[in-house]
Amino acid sequence: MARYVVRRLLQMVLVLFGASLVLFVCLYVVPGDPIATQQGPGHKLDESTRRVLERRYHLDEALPQQYVHYVGRVARGDMGESFTFRRSVNDILGEKLGNTLKLGLAAIALEIFIGVVAGVIAAIFRYSFLDVLVTLSTTIAIGFPTFVIGLALQQGFAIKWHLLPLQGTSGGLRSLLLPALTLASVDAALVARLMRGSMLEVLRADYIRTAMAKGLSKRVVIFKHALRNSIIPVLTYLGITFGTLLGGAVITETIFNWDGVGLALVGAIQVQDNPIVLGVVTYGVLVFVLVNLLVDLSYAVLDPRIRLS
Amino acid sequence: MTGNGEAPAPAATANDVAVDIAGAGGPLLAVEDLRVHFHTDAGVVKAVDGVSWSVGRGETLGIVGESGSGKSVSALAVMGLVPVPPGKFESGRILFGGRDLLTTGEKELRAIRGKEISMIFQDPLTSLNPVFKVGHQIAEVIQAHEKVGRVAARKRAVDLLAEVGIPNPRQRAQEYPHQFSGGMRQRAMIAMALALNPAVLLADEPTTALDVTVQAQIMDLLLRLRAERGTAVVLITHDLGLVAGHADRVVVMYAGRVAETAGVDDLYYRPRHAYTLGLLSSLARLDRRRTDRLKPIVGQPPSMIRVPPGCAFNPRCPFATDVCRQERPELAVQAGAGPRHLAACHHSDQVAQAPSVVGVP
Amino acid sequence: MADAALPPTVGPPGVGEVTLEAGATGFGSAETQASVLGIRVQTQFGDIWRRFLRNKLAVVGLVMVSIVFLTAVLAPLLAPHEPKAQDLSATLGSPSASHWLGTDDLGRDQLSRVIYGSRIAVTVGLATILLALVIGIILGSLSGYLGGAWDAVIMRVADVFFAFPLLIGAIVIVLVVGRGLTPVILALGIFSWATVARLLRSSILSVRESEYVEAARSLGAGKFRIVTRHVLPNSMAPVLVFAMVSVATAIVAEASLSYLGVGLPPDVPDWGNMIASGQKFFGYKDFLWFFPSMAVVFTVLGFVFVGDGLRDALDPRLR
Repeated sequence: MARYVVRRLLQMVLVLFGASLVLFVCLYVVPGDPIATQQGPGHKLDESTRRVLERRYHLDEALPQQYVHYVGRVARGDMGESFTFRRSVNDILGEKLGNTLKLGLAAIALEIFIGVVAGVIAAIFRYSFLDVLVTLSTTIAIGFPTFVIGLALQQGFAIKWHLLPLQGTSGGLRSLLLPALTLASVDAALVARLMRGSMLEVLRADYIRTAMAKGLSKRVVIFKHALRNSIIPVLTYLGITFGTLLGGAVITETIFNWDGVGLALVGAIQVQDNPIVLGVVTYGVLVFVLVNLLVDLSYAVLDPRIRLS
Repeated sequence: MTGNGEAPAPAATANDVAVDIAGAGGPLLAVEDLRVHFHTDAGVVKAVDGVSWSVGRGETLGIVGESGSGKSVSALAVMGLVPVPPGKFESGRILFGGRDLLTTGEKELRAIRGKEISMIFQDPLTSLNPVFKVGHQIAEVIQAHEKVGRVAARKRAVDLLAEVGIPNPRQRAQEYPHQFSGGMRQRAMIAMALALNPAVLLADEPTTALDVTVQAQIMDLLLRLRAERGTAVVLITHDLGLVAGHADRVVVMYAGRVAETAGVDDLYYRPRHAYTLGLLSSLARLDRRRTDRLKPIVGQPPSMIRVPPGCAFNPRCPFATDVCRQERPELAVQAGAGPRHLAACHHSDQVAQAPSVVGVP
Repeated sequence: MADAALPPTVGPPGVGEVTLEAGATGFGSAETQASVLGIRVQTQFGDIWRRFLRNKLAVVGLVMVSIVFLTAVLAPLLAPHEPKAQDLSATLGSPSASHWLGTDDLGRDQLSRVIYGSRIAVTVGLATILLALVIGIILGSLSGYLGGAWDAVIMRVADVFFAFPLLIGAIVIVLVVGRGLTPVILALGIFSWATVARLLRSSILSVRESEYVEAARSLGAGKFRIVTRHVLPNSMAPVLVFAMVSVATAIVAEASLSYLGVGLPPDVPDWGNMIASGQKFFGYKDFLWFFPSMAVVFTVLGFVFVGDGLRDALDPRLR
């Protein structure tokens, strides 16, 4: 197990270096004017500011050294300053982080809960009305992009029926519901399908037959033996789709005017405030890689065949 | 039916058959005229079509047949593990402890499974849950049926592992199935099945997935445990050799029906069904001349959706005549054979006169 | 009794169409139930096609995808107006006889814009997946078949591209390269090839050790020949299924990018753009975002159904 953890950690470091290289190439090598790219092409800079920035980004040095400086900067967490707000990017993002976290965690909880329950029910009551309902609705739900669902939910619950606030973070839990539901929806459908398929396959396994032959009750067989095995692929899947969650958060925050990191990103894009954009992207990648690592490790915890090999 | 001047043997009723087959002390478990049909898109699969067998205390019954002969399904039916939407119990009874298991409620059946009737399966790797420790899985069956604490159950599990011959049982109990070797896994399954001292053990191809040397060890273990506890064992297999060495009585199944049943020696030395004769003739044997060709049975087993009318074996039988193609033979007591020897063949007398394949006892 | 057109199965020889034991009783994995023939039956294209057609949802999906395709190809013939033509006297008109889907704030006919939008969707979808497939197949087969150092390096590179969520990575590329059709395609393709490569690699790994490959090798076939004639065709199944779904994902991603303002320029008739600009009139001119949204949903569902149908048709175990 320890070897596995160490191996994955090394892998993670490698990947982070690789990603930083990709970003570096995008920011310094490809564009003609790296400063404009990093500050925002629309912003005019006077000579003295330009010279300060040139020194700061070490543009006079050779590319490999620039890379080293870049990595150093990122490692220190120096994301620079927002051009439009004239504050450090870290400060700005830090303020918004809480909201995004709330949204993200709520969405994950909803995803898991709805998805697993729906999938298990569909599998246990295969071919019944419930199963058909779940299967059909999840299949169709996949076709709806996040923003369509968001808009539709807004239209229905906020405007037509006045049940929930239209947007903003002020309403407490009530205002969290629609955005979280929107963010969770597509993934919940996929989780439900995956869970159903996984459960159906596990229920056919020989060891389930053995469990029944031991005289265990159906409830124990399903919720102890079958669930433990069938939920493993679902959890790894959640790790993979965490990335779409990040992207989806950007869209959801935009639709619902949810004052989080994603909304800041979109706002920054529109005014070409690139330090914020780059800050969000960098942190986003970091979080994504970390989450994947955690998911892999939890996979090892759940499946003893991995743990002990 | 018989052509040699003897009075025709009376056709046996299902009840007679069940009682006849039983060992000393009466049957512990009796399957009577069981019919299990599966309704699939392709048609009705008559997996078990009028099967009767029984096993008595301390007895080993071997059920022999090819894949698709229905031998496993009848065992699963005993355990109540046949999925009922595609499967349907058209008729029959399964008598155990004074009850018909086919009409017993699920709750009672659950109390019986694992405790009074146990089953072990063919592939021990896939039959054990990979994410739970072996000791835990054994303790689980104990705790499911008896009010025993976790610690006590675990201790019993360790003892059971020792009893089935697994070295270092305490350490092994903390390990997972994939860390065990094939033979060890099957021993663990046996431990799990015998944990609560069941009256009957159903063993479905227990050694097929194992190496030959391990096979012998497992069979020895099974028989030792049987001798110690008096468990009735139903050994389901396609391996005639296995049955010859380890069973007291044998039931030969073909196409979902019982072809023949007899004491083991009687069956091998005095077969009365053409199929049994064919099986025995097709065995490779040490005492045959090496230049003799093997004699397989011609043809293939029938599709279980389209079983031939009359005797199911007739397309492949060298003795087949018109009556075989029209009338399904009933199990009949065989005169001049050993005790409780029954065969479902219109021409059992001809089979009796065929040169003895296995040699004179 | 032998029927040459039977669907491929792996089962004990000599048993009729229905395997009785574990499978019919509902228990038992395919492995427990099947005796190992060691021969993987190679399904013919015709068989796959027939199985696909038996799946009603898959056929529906195929029809849907065809509709979208035809709309894209025949756009100039189908659209009643020019998609960029503005008519400032008829802005924000509700759906009517002359403008079936209404007009937007610049008086542009929505129906025509939705129709032309299908061109963008199809172009982006196909181009993206083509890019991802080309890169992914080459690298995936190198990685899977050659193994060793190739495998390690290529997989690490793939990991790096995996580290970027699709939308986020695409934003970076578009930021650097600029907005427009090509950057979007490039951006989406760059972050999609890694999955193709990984899928192909694991598929190849399991096929590589099959006995028919060993047979080919023992007959003296060279590596290239083995890969192209034997290994690849049998490993492509998961990749093809992913490709279908990936088209859907790409279309949604492109619409999302345009919605966020980093996709195509706003005057281009793109569904994402239309939804974004339609959102300004949320609540009273809902037709502006509704119809393009339905177009996206329709297209995506079509590809998803086809993808599912393809997966079921290619699965040798018939569930």
